[in-house]
This record gives sequence, structure tokens and C-alpha cells, in this order.
Amino acid sequence: MSISLKVNGRMHSLDLDPDTPLLYALSDDLALNGPKFGCGLGQCGACTVLIKGQAVRSCVTTLKAVSGADVTTLEGLGTPEKPHPIQQAFITEQAAQCGFCLNGVILTAKAYLDRNPKATDAQIQQAMSAVLCRCFTSSRMVRAIQRYAKEAK
Amino acid sequence: MNRREFLQASGVLIVGFNATLRAQTAMSPSLAQVDSWLVIAADGSITAYSGKEELGQGIAVAQQQLVAEELNVPFERVKLIYCDTAQTPDQAHTSGSQSHPANFNHDNLGQAAATAGEALLKLASERLGLPVSQLTAANGSIGNGTRSVSYGQLLGGKKFNLALSTTAKRKPPSAWTVLGKPINNPDLPALVTGQFPFIHNVRVPGMLHGRVVRPPAVGATVISVDESSVSGLPGLIKVVVKKDFIGVVAEKPWQALQAAAKLNVKWTNGKALPAQAAFYDALRKQPARDTMLVDSRNVDASLRGSTATLKATYLHPYQMHGSLASSCAVADVQGSKATLWSATQAVWYQKSTSAAILGLKQENVRVIFARGSGCYGVNGADTVTYDAAVLSQAVGKPVRVQLTRHDEMAFENYGPAYVIDQRAGLDAKGNIAAWDFESWSPTLGGRPGANTPGNVITGALLGFPTPGFTPRSPAPAPGAYANNSNGVPSYLSANNRGTGTIASGRVLTHSVESNFWTGPLRSPARLQNTFAHECFMDELAAHAKADPVEFRRRHLRDPRMLDVLNAAAKAANWAPRPFPRTGLRKSGIVTGRGVACVLYEGDNGYTSIITEAEVNQATGAIKVRRVISANDVGPVSNPMGLRNQVEGGALQGLSRALGEEVTWDEHQITSVDWRTYRSLPVGFDIPVIETVIVNRPDAEAAGAGETSITLIAAALGNAIFDATGARLRQIPFTPERVKAALAAR
Repeated sequence: MSISLKVNGRMHSLDLDPDTPLLYALSDDLALNGPKFGCGLGQCGACTVLIKGQAVRSCVTTLKAVSGADVTTLEGLGTPEKPHPIQQAFITEQAAQCGFCLNGVILTAKAYLDRNPKATDAQIQQAMSAVLCRCFTSSRMVRAIQRYAKEAK
Repeated sequence: MNRREFLQASGVLIVGFNATLRAQTAMSPSLAQVDSWLVIAADGSITAYSGKEELGQGIAVAQQQLVAEELNVPFERVKLIYCDTAQTPDQAHTSGSQSHPANFNHDNLGQAAATAGEALLKLASERLGLPVSQLTAANGSIGNGTRSVSYGQLLGGKKFNLALSTTAKRKPPSAWTVLGKPINNPDLPALVTGQFPFIHNVRVPGMLHGRVVRPPAVGATVISVDESSVSGLPGLIKVVVKKDFIGVVAEKPWQALQAAAKLNVKWTNGKALPAQAAFYDALRKQPARDTMLVDSRNVDASLRGSTATLKATYLHPYQMHGSLASSCAVADVQGSKATLWSATQAVWYQKSTSAAILGLKQENVRVIFARGSGCYGVNGADTVTYDAAVLSQAVGKPVRVQLTRHDEMAFENYGPAYVIDQRAGLDAKGNIAAWDFESWSPTLGGRPGANTPGNVITGALLGFPTPGFTPRSPAPAPGAYANNSNGVPSYLSANNRGTGTIASGRVLTHSVESNFWTGPLRSPARLQNTFAHECFMDELAAHAKADPVEFRRRHLRDPRMLDVLNAAAKAANWAPRPFPRTGLRKSGIVTGRGVACVLYEGDNGYTSIITEAEVNQATGAIKVRRVISANDVGPVSNPMGLRNQVEGGALQGLSRALGEEVTWDEHQITSVDWRTYRSLPVGFDIPVIETVIVNRPDAEAAGAGETSITLIAAALGNAIFDATGARLRQIPFTPERVKAALAAR
């Protein structure tokens, strides 16, 4: 069965089992490095993508559930040469160690702040309470998120 | 070609991409030759080769700084390639905060660069007809101000053909222009934009996907495998059974996952596990291998002669690395040759053990490091590399294996549990007269060594022996003093070795056989021992009614240890006050402060931490407000990297102190995902972290990656005591345990 999907502005037609999680299609079939397999259970955030501005955990979202959707991955925000402001905020704050979690951290924060531009620090903390960084670069990451929130206002 | 391009290139299997620079070799290049470490191309670009890899800890940047500094070129001029057994010198493994000591002191990469620098000066002297004394090197050229010659012109892509010189002069920190300056992580633009390729993104043409089927219970073995249970599943290529190792290979990762889930396997019951509630007591009763680290042979008499004697038992659970990524590897085994892409900390051990597993000659196996998520020790990276190798060999095609979260968490080599009995005597003046330490800790397997694939689950399932455990009691007399595991408290003198003043001491450890795999987890043993030492030191200070910082000062004699302790106290505005505090409120939210210090591994970085914490006495919840950390790790290569490591270590340690604990039932591990193994998330009440760097430009370079994590649990336990008068002696400090300790006041 063929499932069509728009990813970072490009249309794709995927001939895959419709029960395949979206993550597998993105990282295996479309060879994207942004969305990552962390737990496969929707618990850590590493697989996050944006659909209609919402942070979606692609490891527990089937292809058939998002057929025809417009998906944005971390690659879709900006490039190393021209990063998106939230990506730039993470560079400015040097907010990474291994960097594996960045996908989930950045996209979760962006989805939340874009809908809640006046979020308080406490609300940002709450919004990030189901995303994991096991290197615990947390304080720098929260500073980067706050920097983006401030600059976006 | 930079590191990112290198990884991307490896991801599409462009092997031999830099053949113009360096031939691929069957064996790793010699440590003793400059050419093993450095190549200067005709265009003057410098490629450094290192056996110490980037795991997220920042060592790649520091190594680039080191080479740039010694060779007088800008940071950006140096490319770094690390941990490819066909290209880089064999430096065993990247662990134990040893990369700085190994490459920045008197050998290896730093010394190779210094040797190369002197050789280039000599070549320039000959070329320009000027004495070396009139020449200086700058920006990749050597000259006297009027005439100069570039490195590219001097060496023109040729080899140095030169052994590392032990006398080549290193640049003193006072002359540094690249080292010692904060350098941003050059990988970040690729990381934040999702371009950076991890091991999970290595894609080899024709690659298939494998999954493993692990035993459902500890010690369970295969009775039978019903391959018909998966026959006809879409994409399935093969079911692979080798003794107790089972895996499937399919065209797509999702197909492999489904086949693995559907495969009907009959297993034996495995062994009965001890009830977790009684586990710590059971540890003391098992046959043990005893080691005496220190014995002044007068401890019992000193304790008898003491004015007061204190005893306490500290408990630390098994904890896991809990890497964010489930481990992944790619293997391409074709006939007698194998190429393995692995996130292992030890590509050379992976090479020899994989050769044994595959029945291949070592020289026919190449292991290329590709970055995984932070590992913090021996996570699933080694075992999944064996998984991929075995499955690739079985199908004769490249195979990628990614573990499930359950496979990762149920079978990794955990940081071991500890039971620690502390006993000490105080004299009439309130000084410590004797210190007696005894610990019990379980062990099974570990980091695969050169010949021990059975140190991790896959090797053992394939039938490779897990190196045996031989009980030994009593312990032989202590050998030469070393405090690699921080088993010896900082306050002991140990025949004038060690950092302290107490002459009467005994440190006895019992190693017992573990039911679960164990291995190095960030600050292995050092964290557990230091938790017990530094909390017990606080108990002794409280008994002596002495300020905890002042009490530590009284029992320390190493000036560098005193300096970090004082630096932390100063930054925290620590003023002495009566201890323990009187008139503590027994309800509501109260605050306290706690201190701890240690010389990591007995010789690898001085550090002290002070925490300020809140205790909610109704709920048992702990909130850490401030962490102040002072660090002396010798000359600092990259202050940016050092701060990042100290901050991350402190918060990771906090997560482990507050919530992390491996759990099990009668048959199996039950902490198998992020609901059953509790990690702090990105969004929590993050304390303010202040990092004080005590720079020691003239000292030896030491490690920094495991300093703060070694101390945070102790400093926090001490802060909770200061706030409440309740002493927590068991990690993690869950709300239930906090409430129980409060109720017992």
C-alpha cells in the first residue's frame, strides 16, 4: 500500500506497511538524520516531528495515521549555514553534549513556544517535563529555550 | 575532509576516502611514530589521528586545540580522525577520564605534535639556511620575519619518518594561544539542524536490518526455536540461532521488529533471583573475593582507644547507563573480512573480540567508531556490535541492528550495587583517630577486554565464557598504595600516601558474583565509595560538633585538595555555624547546605561541591537550589568543555541520587523503560550551577568528566541532614525514603 507524505516541503510516496511507525519511514526510507530512535515507546522525545505545528512522537505514530500529512523534521527548520532562531539559540548557549536528544528538545520547545509565546519559565519547565537528555545538558538547554522565547517576542 | 564529512562518508561506505593521505592498514599504526598521529598534506592542512574518541564529552575539540597549539596553526586548520582500527593508533579505550592524562601530558598525541614541530623547524632551518634559533613558527609557516616557508612546502605530503621524541619541548601554558581558551563545539550547527550522522544513521548499500531475541529471564537458555512461527512474514530473510543467541534479519527494520516479536522460542526458566528487598543483606553472605586496599594494622586497637565510635551502613543500588539512544551497530561481514561500525568505547577490543566471535583473523576485521548517544560507560554499544556482526555473517550482507529499549535496559552492564559499612573513632579533641571501611559489591562481566567477548550478554549467549569469579578470603596484604576506585577515604594518610592525615585505617572490599551484568558506569565504584565516605565524614563532623568544611580541613594535608575545598566554600559564602543545627523545624519546607570533596581516582582531578537544597517535610520531595563546584584538573584545555562536563555530571548525578534504581522480580529485570527507570527530564527544578575553575597550568593534565558526578549524592545527602537532622544512607533519595528518615528522627 502506498502512503503519501509531505516531508520538509517535498512529497513522497511510500510503499510500506501502513502500521509502520512514521519514524522508520523517515529515518530508513527517507534517510533523514533528524528524528531519532530513543525508546520506541513515546517516552523520551528523540523521535519528535512537527505536524500542524504540534510535536508528534513519530516512533508511536503509524504511517496510516498521518497519511497525507505535512511533516516537518529538525532538518526542515534551518541549515548549518542558516539555522532557525531556536537552533541558533542552542548554538549560542552551547547547549549540547552528545546531541542525540536535541531533536526532541528543540522541536518540543518550538511547538510549545509557537503556540504559547508568552510562556513563563515555569510553563517552559512543564512543557519540557516529558523530554529526556541523559547527558543532562538541561540548564543550558533551558537557557537556549528561554533565549528563543525572548527573541521571538 | 572534516570529522562530520568523514562520518557522512563512512555512512555511505566510501572506504578509502583519504587514500591520498594514508593507506588503510590491517593493523593500527604504531604509537611510537609521529606519522601515526599526524599527516601534513601538500596544501598545509593537518590531519591528526587519535585513539581517543568523542562521546559527547568534548575531547575532540580539546585534541584539535592541542595539535593546533603545538604546531602553531589556527584551531580550524586541524582535522581529527579518531578510533578507526585501520587508521588510528591503538589507545585501547576511551574511558575513566583518561584521555587528557594520556594525550596531553608526556606521550602520545601531544608529544607527537611537539616532535613534529621540532622536525619542521629543523627542515625550515635547512631550507632557509638560517639557524633554528632565528626561526619562529606561526600560522603554519616558519620564518625569521623576512623569509618564511610553509609546512606544506616543507613536507609536501611526505612522511616524517620519525619516532616520538621524549625530549621534544612542549609549549608551556603561559605561551598558549589556542589551548586554555573557550572553544565552541564545531559539531553543533550540524547537530541542531539534524544533519549530524550518528551510528544510527550509518547506511551501507544493500544493508538489511536485524533484531535480537533475548532470554525472557536471567540465565534462561534456549530449548527450541519454532521457525515456522515466522515463516512467510513480509521481508523476513533469516532466523539465526547460535546456541542461546537468537536474531532475525529482514529487509526493513519494522519487519525485523515484528518477526522478532512473533518468533516462538521455548526457554528454560532461568535462575531464581533473590528478593530485591533482602538483596543488600544477601550480598554480605555470598562467597567473596576480598581485597585489602589499606591496612595500618592497628585499626582495632585505635578504635578501642577512641573516645567515641561511630558506625553507619550506606547502600547504593544497581544503576544503568540508560543511554538515550537504544544501541545500534552496522556490520558488513563478507567471507573472511569484516567491517564494523560501532559506538563502542574500545574499537581495538571490539576488533579482537569480534574476530573471535566471527572466527576471522584479527587483521581482517576493521572497526570504525561512529558516535552513539552519550554512553557514560559500557552501555549496549559493544554487545549490539556483536549482534550485528553475527547476523551479517549469517546472511553474508551488511546488517544494521538496533536494540529495543527493553533489550537495552534489561541486559546492559549495570553500575554495580554497593553495601558499605563505615566505622570510625574520634579522640577526645573530636579528631578522627581511626577509619575502618568494608564494602560488598556484585560483579559479572564488564568491558570486553582483548579476549573476553563473554563480558557482555551477546558473547555469553554465543557460548563465550564470562571470566570466572574466584572467591578469595582472607585478602592478601595490600599492594602499593593506589586509590583508583576511591575506596580509600580522602582523610587517610596511608603511610604518607593519600590526601589525608589519619594514620590508622583499614579498607577492605568484597567482590561477589552478580546476577546481572555489571560494568563501568560513569564514576564506577568511585561514586558509590565517595557517597559513603563523604556522608560519613559529615556524620563524624556532626558528632564532633564541628563545621563540616572546617572538620574536613583538619583531616586533609594535600594543598590542592584544600584549595578546591576552600574555593567552593568561598564561592558558596560558606560561613561556619553550629553543626548539627539546633532548633530545626520539623514541618514545612526547610533548607540546608552540604559539602563533599574528593581527589578523583586518587590522582585524576581535585574537586569539591557544595549544594543548597530544600526538603519538603510533608511530601519528602527534594529540590536542589544551588550547586557550587570547584575543580582543579591541572591546566584547562577548553574551559567551555570543562564547564559543560561539570554541569552535566552534577545534574546526571542528581538524577541518579534522586530516582534511579534498577529493579527486578523473581526472574527478570523490571526497570525496562523510562516509566520503570526514573530519570529526571529536561524540564525539572534545575539548580543554579556555579563552576569555579582552579587553573593549575604547571600541573599534569587530569580528567574532568567524572568529578562532579562523584560528589553530588554525598553533598546532597549532607544538605538534607543539615536541613532536617535526618540522615539518608540509601540511594536513591526517593520521597518515601526521605519521609521514613524524617519519621525516624
